Amino acid sequence: MELGFTTAAYVVAAVLFILSLGGLSGQESAKRAVWYGIVGMALAVVATLIGPGSGLWLLSLILVLAGGAIGYVVAKRVQMTEMPQLVAAMHSLVGLAAVFVGYNAHIELGRVLAMDETAREALTGFAALLAHKSPVEINILRVELFLGVFIGAITFTGSVVAYGKLAGKVTSAATKLPGGHALNAGAAAISLLCLIWYFNTGGFFPLFLMTLAALFIGYHLIMGIGGADMPVVVSMLNSYSGWAAAAIGFSLGNDLLIVVGALVGSSGAILSYIMCKAMNRNFVSVILGGFGGTGGPAMEVEGEQIAIDADSVASALEDADSIIIVPGYGMAVAQAQGAISELTKLLRGKGKEVRFAIHPVAGRLPGHMNVLLAEAKVPYDIVLEMDEINDDFPSTDVVIVVGSNDIVNPAAQDDPNSPIAGMPVLEVWKAKQVFVSKRGQGTGYSGIENPLFYKENTRMYYGDAKESVNALLQRIS
Amino acid sequence: MIIGVPKEIASGEARVALTPQSAGQLAKLGYEVIVESGAGSAARFTDDAYRDAGVTVVDTAADLWAKADVVAKVRAPEPSEVEATREGQKLISFIAPAQNPDLLESLKAKGVTTIAMDMVPRISRAQKMDALSSMANIAGYRAVIEAGNNFGRFFTGQITAAGKVPPAKVLVVGAGVAGLAAIGTATSLGAITHAFDVRPEVAEQIESMGAEFVFLDFEEAQQDGAATGGYAAPSSPEFREKQLEKFRELAPEMDIVITTALIPGRDAPKLWTEDMVHAMKPGSVIVDLAAEKGGNCDLTVPDEKIVTDNGVTIIGYTDFPSRMATQSSTLYATNIRHMMDDLTPEKDGNPVINMEDDVIRGATVTHENEITFPPPPPKVAAIAAQKPKEKKKELTAEEKRAEEVAAFKAQTKQQVTLLAVGGALTLLVGAVAPASFMQHFIVFVLAVFVGFQVIWNVSHSLHTPLMAVTNAISSIIILGALMQIGSGSFLVILLAALSVFMAGINIFGGFLVTRRMLAMFQKS
Repeated sequence: MELGFTTAAYVVAAVLFILSLGGLSGQESAKRAVWYGIVGMALAVVATLIGPGSGLWLLSLILVLAGGAIGYVVAKRVQMTEMPQLVAAMHSLVGLAAVFVGYNAHIELGRVLAMDETAREALTGFAALLAHKSPVEINILRVELFLGVFIGAITFTGSVVAYGKLAGKVTSAATKLPGGHALNAGAAAISLLCLIWYFNTGGFFPLFLMTLAALFIGYHLIMGIGGADMPVVVSMLNSYSGWAAAAIGFSLGNDLLIVVGALVGSSGAILSYIMCKAMNRNFVSVILGGFGGTGGPAMEVEGEQIAIDADSVASALEDADSIIIVPGYGMAVAQAQGAISELTKLLRGKGKEVRFAIHPVAGRLPGHMNVLLAEAKVPYDIVLEMDEINDDFPSTDVVIVVGSNDIVNPAAQDDPNSPIAGMPVLEVWKAKQVFVSKRGQGTGYSGIENPLFYKENTRMYYGDAKESVNALLQRIS
Repeated sequence: MIIGVPKEIASGEARVALTPQSAGQLAKLGYEVIVESGAGSAARFTDDAYRDAGVTVVDTAADLWAKADVVAKVRAPEPSEVEATREGQKLISFIAPAQNPDLLESLKAKGVTTIAMDMVPRISRAQKMDALSSMANIAGYRAVIEAGNNFGRFFTGQITAAGKVPPAKVLVVGAGVAGLAAIGTATSLGAITHAFDVRPEVAEQIESMGAEFVFLDFEEAQQDGAATGGYAAPSSPEFREKQLEKFRELAPEMDIVITTALIPGRDAPKLWTEDMVHAMKPGSVIVDLAAEKGGNCDLTVPDEKIVTDNGVTIIGYTDFPSRMATQSSTLYATNIRHMMDDLTPEKDGNPVINMEDDVIRGATVTHENEITFPPPPPKVAAIAAQKPKEKKKELTAEEKRAEEVAAFKAQTKQQVTLLAVGGALTLLVGAVAPASFMQHFIVFVLAVFVGFQVIWNVSHSLHTPLMAVTNAISSIIILGALMQIGSGSFLVILLAALSVFMAGINIFGGFLVTRRMLAMFQKS
């Protein structure tokens, strides 16, 4: 009877999780959707705690609450600009947990197999589940837990490295150890050998060796990916953590784990796909790191960057009727979203049309800019995505580019030899006037020269984004 | 050194090469600035205004030419002015060196270094000193105003209690700087504006200014505007015929025609023939901005306004910029100031003629008793070479239909293949795996499927919350740890406990952060 109850709770939880993800199709329904997720999670945990096979529920409860307290504090304190790091850090926890659970399954399996028939009958809980398995099932179980540990370990080190890169603690440039992909391939080959070995013997050593190899792959793979590709990496790791959970679900025979793992896994996979498409990059080439080889020398950029001061920008804004702001990672770095929100309010108050254009890969996380602007209380109905707004640039008076570079690079359309050729970009240069707020003359994250800055209708507004926008606020009244 | 600006002596010339504002900026470059008394009066800059800006006002032109090391002017110097120059003096003004070889000779003989503002190459770096463009801009604007002055109706269409007023129809021929300025002015006055240019690449610019590009259906490899430094090149006789045919068709409809077609170093092409003028309605206006070079219209009389027998007014003024002397002086003085800026890299009041610099080399026409015109071609091309544009073919309804069917078929094929492969793989797994595994496997496959269906609908702006939420629910791994925590050895309990702890962080952290983010999304 109890088993039936647990299963029923799992079904309800699974439905709630699906609704929770489905609800994210709109801003308003999303607020409700989070509650579905929370209730689903609570239901799943409670059902497992009172269900068969669990013991030490008091300890579990204490641990969950202790972890929860930490999570609560972290979630309250985190700055919205630090979201990418936080998400990466949390992925690493899931990865590590998957590795531990996989090891536990292995240890238990060893213990149960060593028992004789009568002892097995007396077992309860998880061990009892294992005890009832046939030899074929045990073999499959080994493969499953092996996979779970493998993916979990890659997720763990990969996320730790991604966290380091996003937090600026590790250099964001793509760095590889000598040997490059051969090392990864070698580690993967070792893992495969270990799988066969483990499949046949069930010993601890191959599992351990594989874990080390997987940890290395995670580290080295993500180290070799440059900062500009981070949105893909984060969503990819998100996907991995889901697959790891699903694999563990198989080995534990827990359907809810499988369902949720699969949901998370496919969600991450789709996100990665969307990000790759937005950058016109092949998923494989992102994972293998660095920008792909170029077909020839990039087009020479002619002309000069013409600087402009705050007064002129302010007067151009005063004269403009329609304004589009294109934020990028630079806005996040300078924490300029508050000032930009002020500016937006001011200009809208004067009856001007102010809108935001968001490129799918602006920032370091999918949807990063939307969250920052929302934090600064920019209404979301004037925040538009690339496809919605790209046609409007020719009829726009002023475009302000705040700390973005590659996503407004006309070379993607004009120069077939550019490393970003073919990537969809925001066509800001078609507007009557473009102001680029930028710290200095350097190239952007990807190190690609941007012909936009040399265009006749472009003026460079140098300086820290936040101070620059604040300077404008004082001049527009 | 001293920069001097004399009063223009050409009759009717109201412009001046210095404004009080530009004088201040020249002083910052280290120059002492002097001006002839009354030089700015026609452009409404008084001597007092100059004095307030720190400019020394001298009484006579002779005095000024004697004192100044650099003389800035608008019009090319008259013989009397050339007489007043001295060896080593620098002269900055419009020169038109191709049309005035004698002037060059005499300047060379006097040992004057001459910088021709109309020879500044058209590269982006030199735009700030491109006086031709700034004057053309004014001419384009003024052409429309002048046309309006002579046109008896509104530009904009109105429906009033006193009856309906049709909007004026304006045709602008030649979409250079002047043409584009005319288009902008005409459209903002409310006229229906059409524009034509032989360079097909300007169609986009024309449309961006709000006019309709007069499309000429002509199959000829058009010469790329980039090859001629951004100016139009002469076109073939066949092309010209086609063009005139189009104009003939348009002539009866148009109320105002503004022609700005010029080809560098040649007479203006005749584009608006006598029969077109006769085809126009009485009261129509033609403004010929090319009058100085002979005019685009057959009947244009330079410097005059005439009315034809059928009541069409043809304006052939050549001094449009001078008619707006304050504005044009301000812009021209700024161009001069930028030129001095480039000539004075050290900002120490000493002009340096750096013949290695493309812009300065291009503009310098006499230097050290040499004529340095024409200049060698600039090292950088004026504009990036145009890529041959592939015209998207208009699809007929049938082709579209066929395309849709093909796309549908391809999609069906893709889906069926995927399903077949997926099905075969599942069957294969089913053949070897035990039933208990298959149960879970079915759940897995369905969950992946549901996941794909659901996630595609998530809106782009919510991708970050999506990541946070999936992150939170991926800590469902806690279930595995909870199941294991009660069984087995101490090591198992320890590892499971750690997992529970970490997953706990994740659950609370993930959901809370998501809620925080979503709470921030607000509608305006």
